[in-house]
Amino acid sequence: MSFFKYLKTITVSTMSFVITIALIGGCSSQQKGEIGNQDAASKVYVAPGQHDEFYSFMSGGWSGNVSVYGIPSGRHLYSIPVFSQAPINGYGYTEETKAMLNTSFGFIPWGDTHHIQPSKTNGDYDGRWVFINDRNTPRIARIDLKTFRTDEIIEIPNTAGQHSSAFCSSNTEYISANTEYSIPLDKPLGNGVDVPISSYKENFHGTVSLIKVNQETGEMNIGFQIQVPPFDYDLGRFGLGVSKDWVFYTMYNTEEAHTLLEVNASQKDKDFVLAINWKKAEQAAADGKGQVVDANYDHNMRDHETGIAKTEVMKQVRVLKPSDLEGAIYYMPAPKSPHGINVSPDGEYISEGGKLSTVVPVQSFSKMQTAIQNNDTTGSIKGIPILKYESVLAYEVKNAGLGPLHIEYDGQGHGYNSDFISSEIVKWDLKTGEVLDRHPAYYSTGHLTVAGGDTRHPYGKYLIALNKITKDRYLPTGPEMYAGEQLFDISGDKMKLLLDFPVEGEPHNAAEIEASLIDSAQVKFFKLSDNKNPYVTRNEHDTKVVKDGNRVDVYMTAIRSHFTPDNIEGIKVGDTVYLHVTNIEQEWDIPHGFAMKGNRNAGMLIIPGETRTIVWKPQSPGIYPFYCTDFCSALHQEMQGYVRVSPANSNVPIKYGTNKDI
Amino acid sequence: MQKLILSVLFGMVLIFWGCSSDSKKSEEQTQDQSEQAESELTEFQLKNGIGPITEPIKTGPIDTQMAARGKELFDSNCSSCHKIGERYVGPDLQDVTSRRTPTYIMNMILNPTGMTQEHPTAHKLLEQFATQMANLSLERDKARAIVEYLRSVNPNLQTSKAQPNN
Repeated sequence: MSFFKYLKTITVSTMSFVITIALIGGCSSQQKGEIGNQDAASKVYVAPGQHDEFYSFMSGGWSGNVSVYGIPSGRHLYSIPVFSQAPINGYGYTEETKAMLNTSFGFIPWGDTHHIQPSKTNGDYDGRWVFINDRNTPRIARIDLKTFRTDEIIEIPNTAGQHSSAFCSSNTEYISANTEYSIPLDKPLGNGVDVPISSYKENFHGTVSLIKVNQETGEMNIGFQIQVPPFDYDLGRFGLGVSKDWVFYTMYNTEEAHTLLEVNASQKDKDFVLAINWKKAEQAAADGKGQVVDANYDHNMRDHETGIAKTEVMKQVRVLKPSDLEGAIYYMPAPKSPHGINVSPDGEYISEGGKLSTVVPVQSFSKMQTAIQNNDTTGSIKGIPILKYESVLAYEVKNAGLGPLHIEYDGQGHGYNSDFISSEIVKWDLKTGEVLDRHPAYYSTGHLTVAGGDTRHPYGKYLIALNKITKDRYLPTGPEMYAGEQLFDISGDKMKLLLDFPVEGEPHNAAEIEASLIDSAQVKFFKLSDNKNPYVTRNEHDTKVVKDGNRVDVYMTAIRSHFTPDNIEGIKVGDTVYLHVTNIEQEWDIPHGFAMKGNRNAGMLIIPGETRTIVWKPQSPGIYPFYCTDFCSALHQEMQGYVRVSPANSNVPIKYGTNKDI
Repeated sequence: MQKLILSVLFGMVLIFWGCSSDSKKSEEQTQDQSEQAESELTEFQLKNGIGPITEPIKTGPIDTQMAARGKELFDSNCSSCHKIGERYVGPDLQDVTSRRTPTYIMNMILNPTGMTQEHPTAHKLLEQFATQMANLSLERDKARAIVEYLRSVNPNLQTSKAQPNN
């Protein structure tokens, strides 16, 4: 069947399917009952002052952030700045945080976050960190769940369109990050980067990267990369339980197309899942296999004592080839342009959303092991054996809907898949693949998440559909709008729709973590006595203004409700002024803000016990007021000050103070 | 329980405020609130404040070593808002040890929000100064040293025995 015929078929069947669903939906009392249902309302009602049962961490897509919601209420609790500058608190603008956004391409103030993965211990979430990728500029971030702050960002070399990440192994030994858009690699890995695009098959490559995580500090370092054929690696999961030593990745474009992929990368009936025994790969790297090659990538870390992020430029990476991994790397065929992939809680079932297929294939880990033992293959690609589809298949979920994208598990013997084209969630029996329930979603679901749905012991209870199209679900906000999420109760036989809630950016995926794993460990403020920032000012007596040539350092304190000093003179046009503000409060939720008129920069938020620095280059003489931007007390309006900026050639000396004529 | 009663009372104050045609009435309500709060507190709390110090602190002749440490702590923690001999962001503390017991002062340092919410005297000061005293999360022994420093700067204490007893 030609692609266009196929497309036509799929369109016709989609339409009839959607009409059927719409008719069923229209007649169903269940669906009408759900909307405005008091029972549903009571299930999502979290009384004022009460807390939600789960944190939901959602990638912010093109916001470059991670957004945090409470479940079941759908309350937006916070947005964590990660790959994007955040004027809300100065992240990426202050001298302390700017280095977090350094890359080998220079300072990149924006990112495209996709896949959240919480850290795990014994296959279950442990509440230490969450990891997230930037698809555009390949990098992985680690967020500390004691502070909800980005503590580390590592760039991934030899990679582009880094969609197939970030995934976390059972005990957070490794985070995995892979190429989606294959690229030419530097010598000696490839033939060099300046090659014709049409030489894709010959000169372009993908890589799988395994990033080692330090168990004490969480620090990430690239353990090794594996050079793989130039397919588009899409999503992945580490195994669990019996399969915990393995990692599985979906891919499309085994056609190796480099133009109009929409058509040209959808030719074959089957693409692949790449299965790698990462334990064996780790051993191969430890044994010195592969080669250590020159690379250039940035590794940014926040120092907890000083609060200052620093960049280390990394110069080498070890790269293995499939030939170094004999017996540890295989392809498993999967229909057709598979997208999402997930491994069942016991580790036995591996299932993919076969995006352009109507079935969800479910492979068996034990059958896969047998097939490997029996060498049950149908050839190989660049040294990677292809296991026979039928030999590893447990079953196919028939009638899984149109455009199945992602799969999650509830730990109660069920799998759930989302459907983009037919806009629904389908529930099936994990042992047989028999479809047990289906529920429409509004509209075009991408990822779905069951609370704890990629762990050894899913919480079950709730499922969230992360819908790609919102349209009419909320009061309209013009042509742009937030994405719409839908919360389902999955505790019974039938899924029940409980709540719609809008979320910022485009949440590609989400992870729900039990609140009790996180809330009691929260840092509420920083001890001033532990502040090792070189520009800290611990009390008002130590405040000062120091001029050295054209550099001026202002050592300032903030406490309810004044700055010290709040009158400063002697700054001149041409000076670069470093405003180091220390919040000397020692109490939860008393941040002070700082804003300077005319500063071509951002304001900043300073948490009690911390020092933050913003650079200001005044452009012309005048009086410049500054003030606290965070309403801190009844006398917050009064929390203000003045800086006098004089012409470059003036003789006004440096003078400063609070509550005195300077 | 106290908090609950206070919140209910506060709610009533707001309601009455909304209904009140003159400000005098609301003042009366505030007065009622303080009186009510007063009646909820024990005699010990009224005299020594509400907070982690629940036993009276005993003081003797001024411990000059402790007072010196207290001065350092006062300079680094308190002097942003309090001066000795002048009203600043907060009250003048020169003779605070004549007005309040050492225990009260320590509870004010260690539990400033609780004090301004629940103790009538501290609450009145919040009305007067409008800025909530900051909690600097000091340890108990540091608060004790600051009290000793405040005793050392009190001229009354040096010339007479005008310090309130515990």
